[in-house]
Amino acid sequence: MLIASLRKELLLQWRTRSQFMAVFVFGAATLLLFSFGVGPNAEMLRTFSSGFLWLGLLMSSTLTLSESFHGEMENRALEGLLLLPSDPRALYYGKAIANWLQLTLLGCALVPVMVVLYDAGTTQLLKLLLIIALGAAGLSAPGTLYAAMTAQVRAKQTLLPLLLFPLIVPALLASVKATSLVILGDPMQQSRSWIALLGAFDLIYWSLCGLLYGRVVEE
Amino acid sequence: MKTAWIFVVLGVAFLVAGSYLGLFVAPAEEYMGNVQRIMYVHVPTAWNWMLAVLYAFGAAIAFLFTANAKWDARLEAGLEVSTLLAFLLCCQGSIWAKPTWGVWWDWDPRLTSVAVLLFASIGIIALRGFVDDPHRRAVWSAVATIIASVDLPIVYYSVKWWNSLHQQQSSPQTVSSQFHLPLRLNAFGVLFLMIGFIMLRTRVANMNRARETALPPMTEHAGEIA
Repeated sequence: MLIASLRKELLLQWRTRSQFMAVFVFGAATLLLFSFGVGPNAEMLRTFSSGFLWLGLLMSSTLTLSESFHGEMENRALEGLLLLPSDPRALYYGKAIANWLQLTLLGCALVPVMVVLYDAGTTQLLKLLLIIALGAAGLSAPGTLYAAMTAQVRAKQTLLPLLLFPLIVPALLASVKATSLVILGDPMQQSRSWIALLGAFDLIYWSLCGLLYGRVVEE
Repeated sequence: MKTAWIFVVLGVAFLVAGSYLGLFVAPAEEYMGNVQRIMYVHVPTAWNWMLAVLYAFGAAIAFLFTANAKWDARLEAGLEVSTLLAFLLCCQGSIWAKPTWGVWWDWDPRLTSVAVLLFASIGIIALRGFVDDPHRRAVWSAVATIIASVDLPIVYYSVKWWNSLHQQQSSPQTVSSQFHLPLRLNAFGVLFLMIGFIMLRTRVANMNRARETALPPMTEHAGEIA
Protein backbone atom coordinates (compact mmCIF):
# COMPACT_ATOMS: atom_id res chain seq x y z
CA MET A 1 0.00 0.00 0.00
CA LEU A 2 2.84 2.33 0.89
CA ILE A 3 4.54 1.51 -2.40
CA ALA A 4 1.36 2.26 -4.37
CA SER A 5 0.90 5.55 -2.52
CA LEU A 6 4.51 6.53 -3.07
CA ARG A 7 4.28 5.59 -6.74
CA LYS A 8 1.24 7.82 -7.17
CA GLU A 9 2.99 10.76 -5.50
CA LEU A 10 6.15 10.38 -7.53
CA LEU A 11 4.17 10.07 -10.76
CA LEU A 12 2.28 13.24 -9.83
CA GLN A 13 5.52 15.06 -9.12
CA TRP A 14 7.02 13.89 -12.38
CA ARG A 15 4.01 15.13 -14.33
CA THR A 16 4.18 18.52 -12.63
CA ARG A 17 7.94 18.89 -12.94
CA SER A 18 7.62 22.41 -14.30
CA GLN A 19 6.39 23.24 -10.80
CA PHE A 20 9.67 21.95 -9.39
CA MET A 21 11.58 24.22 -11.77
CA ALA A 22 9.55 27.21 -10.60
CA VAL A 23 10.25 26.40 -6.94
CA PHE A 24 13.94 25.99 -7.73
CA VAL A 25 14.07 29.39 -9.41
CA PHE A 26 12.29 30.85 -6.39
CA GLY A 27 14.90 29.31 -4.08
CA ALA A 28 17.77 30.54 -6.24
CA ALA A 29 16.23 34.02 -6.29
CA THR A 30 16.05 34.08 -2.48
CA LEU A 31 19.74 33.10 -2.33
CA LEU A 32 20.50 36.00 -4.66
CA LEU A 33 18.42 38.38 -2.52
CA PHE A 34 20.03 37.34 0.77
CA SER A 35 23.36 38.64 -0.52
CA PHE A 36 21.81 42.07 -1.02
CA GLY A 37 20.78 41.96 2.63
CA VAL A 38 24.42 41.56 3.66
CA GLY A 39 26.25 43.60 1.04
CA PRO A 40 29.14 42.70 -1.26
CA ASN A 41 31.36 41.45 1.55
CA ALA A 42 32.74 38.15 0.22
CA GLU A 43 34.08 36.99 3.58
CA MET A 44 30.81 37.57 5.41
CA LEU A 45 28.74 35.98 2.64
CA ARG A 46 30.86 32.87 2.84
CA THR A 47 30.43 32.71 6.62
CA PHE A 48 26.65 32.96 6.36
CA SER A 49 26.30 30.81 3.23
CA SER A 50 24.95 27.71 5.01
CA GLY A 51 22.32 29.77 6.82
CA PHE A 52 21.21 31.33 3.55
CA LEU A 53 21.06 27.93 1.85
CA TRP A 54 18.78 26.54 4.55
CA LEU A 55 16.59 29.62 4.75
CA GLY A 56 16.22 29.50 0.97
CA LEU A 57 15.29 25.84 1.16
CA LEU A 58 12.86 26.51 4.02
CA MET A 59 11.07 29.27 2.08
CA SER A 60 10.86 27.06 -0.99
CA SER A 61 9.67 24.10 1.06
CA THR A 62 6.46 25.91 2.04
CA LEU A 63 5.62 26.13 -1.67
CA THR A 64 6.43 22.46 -2.29
CA LEU A 65 4.54 21.25 0.78
CA SER A 66 1.37 23.24 0.23
CA GLU A 67 1.40 22.31 -3.46
CA SER A 68 1.57 18.62 -2.55
CA PHE A 69 -1.95 18.81 -1.10
CA HIS A 70 -3.33 21.19 -3.71
CA GLY A 71 -4.22 18.32 -6.05
CA GLU A 72 -5.89 16.35 -3.26
CA MET A 73 -8.32 19.16 -2.57
CA GLU A 74 -9.50 19.41 -6.18
CA ASN A 75 -12.60 17.29 -6.84
CA ARG A 76 -12.35 16.08 -3.21
CA ALA A 77 -9.69 13.58 -4.22
CA LEU A 78 -8.55 13.14 -0.61
CA GLU A 79 -11.97 11.86 0.41
CA GLY A 80 -11.81 9.29 -2.36
CA LEU A 81 -8.40 8.15 -1.21
CA LEU A 82 -9.63 7.77 2.37
CA LEU A 83 -12.52 5.62 1.17
CA LEU A 84 -10.04 3.05 -0.11
CA PRO A 85 -9.59 0.07 2.20
CA SER A 86 -6.17 1.23 3.29
CA ASP A 87 -4.38 2.72 6.23
CA PRO A 88 -4.22 6.54 6.12
CA ARG A 89 -0.67 6.16 7.39
CA ALA A 90 0.33 4.71 4.02
CA LEU A 91 -1.02 7.87 2.39
CA TYR A 92 0.94 10.01 4.82
CA TYR A 93 4.23 8.19 4.45
CA GLY A 94 3.85 8.06 0.67
CA LYS A 95 3.40 11.81 0.53
CA ALA A 96 6.03 12.55 3.16
CA ILE A 97 8.65 10.42 1.39
CA ALA A 98 7.81 12.01 -1.96
CA ASN A 99 8.11 15.49 -0.39
CA TRP A 100 11.35 14.47 1.27
CA LEU A 101 12.84 13.31 -2.06
CA GLN A 102 11.75 16.49 -3.77
CA LEU A 103 13.17 18.73 -1.02
CA THR A 104 16.44 16.79 -1.02
CA LEU A 105 16.69 17.24 -4.78
CA LEU A 106 15.88 20.93 -4.37
CA GLY A 107 18.54 21.30 -1.67
CA CYS A 108 21.13 19.62 -3.89
CA ALA A 109 20.13 21.84 -6.81
CA LEU A 110 20.58 24.94 -4.64
CA VAL A 111 24.12 23.95 -3.57
CA PRO A 112 25.79 24.97 -6.88
CA VAL A 113 23.94 28.31 -6.69
CA MET A 114 25.35 28.80 -3.20
CA VAL A 115 28.86 27.84 -4.33
CA VAL A 116 28.76 30.33 -7.21
CA LEU A 117 27.19 33.21 -5.31
CA TYR A 118 28.98 32.91 -1.96
CA ASP A 119 32.18 31.07 -2.93
CA ALA A 120 31.29 28.42 -0.36
CA GLY A 121 32.47 25.14 -1.82
CA THR A 122 33.42 21.89 -0.17
CA THR A 123 34.88 18.56 -1.21
CA GLN A 124 32.91 16.56 1.38
CA LEU A 125 30.02 16.11 -0.99
CA LEU A 126 28.70 12.90 0.53
CA LYS A 127 28.52 14.44 3.99
CA LEU A 128 26.78 17.49 2.55
CA LEU A 129 24.29 15.22 0.80
CA LEU A 130 23.64 13.39 4.07
CA ILE A 131 22.99 16.67 5.90
CA ILE A 132 20.66 17.91 3.17
CA ALA A 133 18.78 14.60 3.15
CA LEU A 134 18.38 14.61 6.95
CA GLY A 135 17.42 18.29 7.05
CA ALA A 136 14.89 17.83 4.25
CA ALA A 137 13.43 14.89 6.18
CA GLY A 138 13.04 17.17 9.20
CA LEU A 139 11.11 19.69 7.08
CA SER A 140 9.01 17.14 5.27
CA ALA A 141 7.61 15.08 8.18
CA PRO A 142 5.86 17.88 10.14
CA GLY A 143 5.44 19.91 6.95
CA THR A 144 3.36 17.22 5.25
CA LEU A 145 1.15 16.88 8.32
CA TYR A 146 0.57 20.62 8.63
CA ALA A 147 0.02 20.96 4.88
CA ALA A 148 -2.75 18.36 5.22
CA MET A 149 -4.47 20.65 7.74
CA THR A 150 -3.84 24.00 6.13
CA ALA A 151 -4.78 22.83 2.63
CA GLN A 152 -8.36 22.50 3.87
CA VAL A 153 -8.78 25.97 5.37
CA ARG A 154 -8.87 29.56 4.28
CA ALA A 155 -5.61 31.55 4.41
CA LYS A 156 -3.47 28.44 3.76
CA GLN A 157 -0.54 30.48 2.47
CA THR A 158 -0.15 32.23 5.80
CA LEU A 159 -0.98 29.39 8.13
CA LEU A 160 1.48 26.77 6.90
CA PRO A 161 4.63 28.86 7.58
CA LEU A 162 3.10 30.18 10.82
CA LEU A 163 2.73 26.62 12.12
CA LEU A 164 5.82 25.10 10.55
CA PHE A 165 8.54 27.70 11.15
CA PRO A 166 8.62 27.67 14.97
CA LEU A 167 8.46 23.90 14.99
CA ILE A 168 11.47 23.17 12.82
CA VAL A 169 13.83 25.50 14.73
CA PRO A 170 15.95 22.58 16.06
CA ALA A 171 16.21 20.96 12.61
CA LEU A 172 17.09 24.27 10.99
CA LEU A 173 19.66 25.03 13.66
CA ALA A 174 21.34 21.64 13.38
CA SER A 175 21.32 21.68 9.56
CA VAL A 176 22.82 25.16 9.37
CA LYS A 177 25.45 24.34 11.95
CA ALA A 178 26.42 21.02 10.32
CA THR A 179 26.51 22.54 6.82
CA SER A 180 28.65 25.46 7.92
CA LEU A 181 31.06 23.08 9.64
CA VAL A 182 31.36 21.15 6.38
CA ILE A 183 31.96 24.33 4.37
CA LEU A 184 34.16 26.30 6.77
CA GLY A 185 36.11 23.39 8.25
CA ASP A 186 35.50 21.28 11.31
CA PRO A 187 38.63 21.09 13.46
CA MET A 188 36.78 19.82 16.55
CA GLN A 189 34.74 17.14 14.72
CA GLN A 190 31.51 18.74 15.93
CA SER A 191 29.45 18.08 12.82
CA ARG A 192 28.89 14.48 13.91
CA SER A 193 26.86 15.53 16.96
CA TRP A 194 24.77 17.98 14.93
CA ILE A 195 24.02 15.25 12.41
CA ALA A 196 23.01 13.00 15.32
CA LEU A 197 20.66 15.71 16.59
CA LEU A 198 19.10 15.99 13.12
CA GLY A 199 18.69 12.22 13.02
CA ALA A 200 16.95 12.24 16.42
CA PHE A 201 14.62 15.06 15.33
CA ASP A 202 13.73 13.12 12.18
CA LEU A 203 13.10 9.92 14.10
CA ILE A 204 10.78 11.64 16.58
CA TYR A 205 8.73 13.50 13.99
CA TRP A 206 8.55 10.75 11.38
CA SER A 207 7.02 8.45 13.97
CA LEU A 208 4.86 11.02 15.80
CA CYS A 209 3.40 12.62 12.66
CA GLY A 210 2.62 9.23 11.11
CA LEU A 211 0.79 8.33 14.30
CA LEU A 212 -1.28 11.53 14.32
CA TYR A 213 -2.01 11.82 10.59
CA GLY A 214 -4.99 9.46 10.72
CA ARG A 215 -6.74 11.88 13.09
CA VAL A 216 -6.02 14.90 10.93
CA VAL A 217 -7.70 13.61 7.77
CA GLU A 218 -10.55 11.68 9.42
CA GLU A 219 -14.08 12.73 8.51
CA MET B 1 -18.03 30.41 38.06
CA LYS B 2 -17.84 31.60 41.66
CA THR B 3 -14.72 29.50 42.31
CA ALA B 4 -13.02 31.09 39.31
CA TRP B 5 -13.58 34.59 40.71
CA ILE B 6 -12.36 33.48 44.13
CA PHE B 7 -9.14 32.31 42.48
CA VAL B 8 -8.77 35.61 40.61
CA VAL B 9 -9.31 37.67 43.77
CA LEU B 10 -6.93 35.44 45.76
CA GLY B 11 -4.33 35.70 42.99
CA VAL B 12 -4.52 39.49 42.91
CA ALA B 13 -4.27 39.66 46.72
CA PHE B 14 -1.21 37.40 46.78
CA LEU B 15 0.40 39.37 43.95
CA VAL B 16 -0.20 42.68 45.71
CA ALA B 17 1.25 41.36 48.99
CA GLY B 18 4.20 39.65 47.33
CA SER B 19 5.01 42.60 45.11
CA TYR B 20 4.80 45.01 48.07
CA LEU B 21 7.27 42.85 50.03
CA GLY B 22 9.45 42.45 46.94
CA LEU B 23 9.50 46.16 46.09
CA PHE B 24 9.69 47.80 49.54
CA VAL B 25 10.69 45.27 52.19
CA ALA B 26 13.19 42.89 50.63
CA PRO B 27 16.72 44.34 50.34
CA ALA B 28 18.18 45.17 46.93
CA GLU B 29 20.45 42.52 45.48
CA GLU B 30 24.16 43.22 45.96
CA TYR B 31 25.32 43.14 42.33
CA MET B 32 22.24 43.80 40.24
CA GLY B 33 20.59 46.34 42.56
CA ASN B 34 16.92 47.14 42.12
CA VAL B 35 16.79 45.55 38.67
CA GLN B 36 16.77 42.19 40.35
CA ARG B 37 13.34 42.91 41.82
CA ILE B 38 11.73 42.01 38.48
CA MET B 39 12.59 38.42 39.43
CA TYR B 40 9.67 38.49 41.89
CA VAL B 41 7.28 38.48 38.95
CA HIS B 42 9.51 36.93 36.30
CA VAL B 43 10.29 33.65 38.04
CA PRO B 44 6.65 33.00 39.11
CA THR B 45 5.53 33.73 35.54
CA ALA B 46 8.08 31.24 34.21
CA TRP B 47 7.01 28.48 36.61
CA ASN B 48 3.36 28.97 35.85
CA TRP B 49 3.97 29.21 32.12
CA MET B 50 5.42 25.71 32.26
CA LEU B 51 2.36 24.53 34.19
CA ALA B 52 0.04 26.11 31.60
CA VAL B 53 1.92 24.42 28.75
CA LEU B 54 1.71 21.07 30.54
CA TYR B 55 -2.01 21.63 31.11
CA ALA B 56 -2.61 22.37 27.41
CA PHE B 57 -0.56 19.31 26.44
CA GLY B 58 -2.54 17.12 28.84
CA ALA B 59 -5.85 18.51 27.56
CA ALA B 60 -4.78 17.83 23.96
CA ILE B 61 -3.95 14.20 24.72
CA ALA B 62 -7.15 13.77 26.74
CA PHE B 63 -9.18 15.16 23.84
CA LEU B 64 -7.65 12.78 21.29
CA PHE B 65 -8.45 9.82 23.53
CA THR B 66 -11.94 10.80 24.66
CA ALA B 67 -13.19 13.10 21.86
CA ASN B 68 -15.04 14.97 24.60
CA ALA B 69 -15.62 18.63 23.70
CA LYS B 70 -14.96 19.64 27.32
CA TRP B 71 -11.27 18.85 26.82
CA ASP B 72 -11.23 21.03 23.73
CA ALA B 73 -12.53 23.95 25.77
CA ARG B 74 -9.81 23.30 28.36
CA LEU B 75 -7.22 23.10 25.61
CA GLU B 76 -8.36 26.43 24.20
CA ALA B 77 -8.16 28.06 27.64
CA GLY B 78 -4.77 26.52 28.44
CA LEU B 79 -3.37 27.57 25.06
CA GLU B 80 -4.48 31.17 25.38
CA VAL B 81 -3.32 31.58 28.96
CA SER B 82 0.06 29.99 28.16
CA THR B 83 0.43 32.35 25.19
CA LEU B 84 -0.26 35.31 27.47
CA LEU B 85 2.27 34.06 30.03
CA ALA B 86 4.90 33.40 27.34
CA PHE B 87 4.43 36.93 26.01
CA LEU B 88 4.78 38.36 29.53
CA LEU B 89 7.90 36.24 30.06
CA CYS B 90 9.54 37.58 26.91
CA CYS B 91 8.72 41.17 27.88
CA GLN B 92 9.91 40.81 31.48
CA GLY B 93 13.04 39.01 30.34
CA SER B 94 13.89 41.79 27.89
CA ILE B 95 13.29 44.46 30.52
CA TRP B 96 15.65 42.63 32.86
CA ALA B 97 18.25 41.86 30.18
CA LYS B 98 18.72 45.44 28.96
CA PRO B 99 20.22 46.90 32.17
CA THR B 100 21.93 43.63 33.17
CA TRP B 101 23.41 42.31 29.96
CA GLY B 102 23.15 45.53 27.94
CA VAL B 103 20.97 43.95 25.27
CA TRP B 104 17.24 43.38 24.92
CA TRP B 105 17.61 39.87 23.69
CA ASP B 106 20.04 37.08 24.35
CA TRP B 107 20.10 33.69 22.63
CA ASP B 108 19.81 31.90 25.91
CA PRO B 109 18.12 28.48 25.61
CA ARG B 110 15.28 29.32 27.99
CA LEU B 111 14.55 32.68 26.35
CA THR B 112 14.68 31.17 22.89
CA SER B 113 12.49 28.18 23.78
CA VAL B 114 9.83 30.46 25.27
CA ALA B 115 9.89 32.63 22.15
CA VAL B 116 9.65 29.58 19.86
CA LEU B 117 6.72 28.18 21.81
CA LEU B 118 5.06 31.61 21.89
CA PHE B 119 5.08 31.67 18.09
CA ALA B 120 3.97 28.05 17.91
CA SER B 121 0.97 28.69 20.17
CA ILE B 122 0.03 31.85 18.28
CA GLY B 123 0.08 29.67 15.14
CA ILE B 124 -2.27 27.14 16.74
CA ILE B 125 -4.64 29.87 17.94
CA ALA B 126 -4.63 31.30 14.39
CA LEU B 127 -5.38 27.82 13.02
CA ARG B 128 -8.36 27.59 15.38
CA GLY B 129 -9.62 30.87 14.03
CA PHE B 130 -9.65 29.61 10.45
CA VAL B 131 -11.41 26.26 10.89
CA ASP B 132 -15.19 26.46 10.97
CA ASP B 133 -16.07 22.85 11.78
CA PRO B 134 -15.87 22.52 15.62
CA HIS B 135 -14.82 18.86 15.65
CA ARG B 136 -12.14 19.29 13.04
CA ARG B 137 -10.86 22.41 14.81
CA ALA B 138 -10.60 20.52 18.08
CA VAL B 139 -8.74 17.55 16.58
CA TRP B 140 -6.34 19.70 14.60
CA SER B 141 -5.45 21.99 17.45
CA ALA B 142 -4.95 18.98 19.75
CA VAL B 143 -2.59 17.42 17.17
CA ALA B 144 -0.72 20.70 16.66
CA THR B 145 -0.44 21.22 20.44
CA ILE B 146 1.06 17.77 20.93
CA ILE B 147 3.56 18.30 18.11
CA ALA B 148 4.58 21.72 19.46
CA SER B 149 4.90 20.47 23.06
CA VAL B 150 7.14 17.60 21.99
CA ASP B 151 9.29 20.19 20.27
CA LEU B 152 9.90 22.16 23.48
CA PRO B 153 12.63 19.95 25.02
CA ILE B 154 14.30 19.53 21.62
CA VAL B 155 14.40 23.30 21.11
CA TYR B 156 15.72 23.79 24.62
CA TYR B 157 18.60 21.35 24.30
CA SER B 158 19.52 22.26 20.75
CA VAL B 159 19.70 25.97 21.58
CA LYS B 160 21.66 25.17 24.72
CA TRP B 161 24.10 23.25 22.60
CA TRP B 162 24.19 25.93 19.93
CA ASN B 163 24.88 28.73 22.37
CA SER B 164 26.65 27.36 25.41
CA LEU B 165 26.79 30.84 26.96
CA HIS B 166 23.94 30.98 29.45
CA GLN B 167 23.05 31.82 33.02
CA GLN B 168 22.87 28.97 35.48
CA GLN B 169 19.52 28.46 37.16
CA SER B 170 19.39 29.44 40.81
CA SER B 171 18.52 26.72 43.27
CA PRO B 172 16.90 27.57 46.62
CA GLN B 173 20.30 27.17 48.27
CA THR B 174 21.77 30.04 46.26
CA VAL B 175 18.82 32.36 46.98
CA SER B 176 18.94 34.24 50.29
CA SER B 177 15.99 33.64 52.62
CA GLN B 178 14.99 37.32 52.52
CA PHE B 179 14.06 36.86 48.88
CA HIS B 180 11.99 33.73 49.51
CA LEU B 181 8.76 35.12 50.89
CA PRO B 182 7.90 37.63 48.14
CA LEU B 183 8.89 35.04 45.51
CA ARG B 184 6.64 32.39 47.03
CA LEU B 185 3.71 34.77 47.52
CA ASN B 186 3.95 35.88 43.92
CA ALA B 187 4.31 32.31 42.67
CA PHE B 188 1.02 31.43 44.32
CA GLY B 189 -0.48 34.73 43.17
CA VAL B 190 0.27 34.01 39.52
CA LEU B 191 -0.83 30.38 39.99
CA PHE B 192 -4.23 31.36 41.42
CA LEU B 193 -4.69 34.04 38.78
CA MET B 194 -3.83 31.53 36.07
CA ILE B 195 -6.28 28.95 37.43
CA GLY B 196 -8.99 31.62 37.61
CA PHE B 197 -8.30 32.76 34.04
CA ILE B 198 -8.26 29.20 32.70
CA MET B 199 -11.58 28.45 34.41
CA LEU B 200 -13.22 31.60 33.08
CA ARG B 201 -11.83 31.07 29.59
CA THR B 202 -12.99 27.44 29.60
CA ARG B 203 -16.49 28.65 30.43
CA VAL B 204 -16.42 31.07 27.51
CA ALA B 205 -15.14 28.31 25.21
CA ASN B 206 -17.93 25.97 26.33
CA MET B 207 -20.53 28.68 25.73
CA ASN B 208 -19.14 29.44 22.26
CA ARG B 209 -19.22 25.77 21.42
CA ALA B 210 -22.81 25.42 22.61
CA ARG B 211 -23.82 28.40 20.47
CA GLU B 212 -22.02 26.97 17.44
CA THR B 213 -23.54 23.53 17.64
CA ALA B 214 -27.04 24.68 18.61
CA LEU B 215 -29.78 24.10 16.06
CA PRO B 216 -31.18 27.22 14.43
CA PRO B 217 -34.19 28.49 16.42
CA MET B 218 -37.57 27.11 15.33
CA THR B 219 -40.00 29.75 14.16
CA GLU B 220 -43.76 29.55 14.25
CA HIS B 221 -44.08 29.33 10.49
CA ALA B 222 -41.24 26.91 9.91
CA GLY B 223 -43.65 24.16 8.93
CA GLU B 224 -45.56 26.30 6.43
CA ILE B 225 -42.40 27.28 4.52
CA ALA B 226 -41.42 23.65 4.19
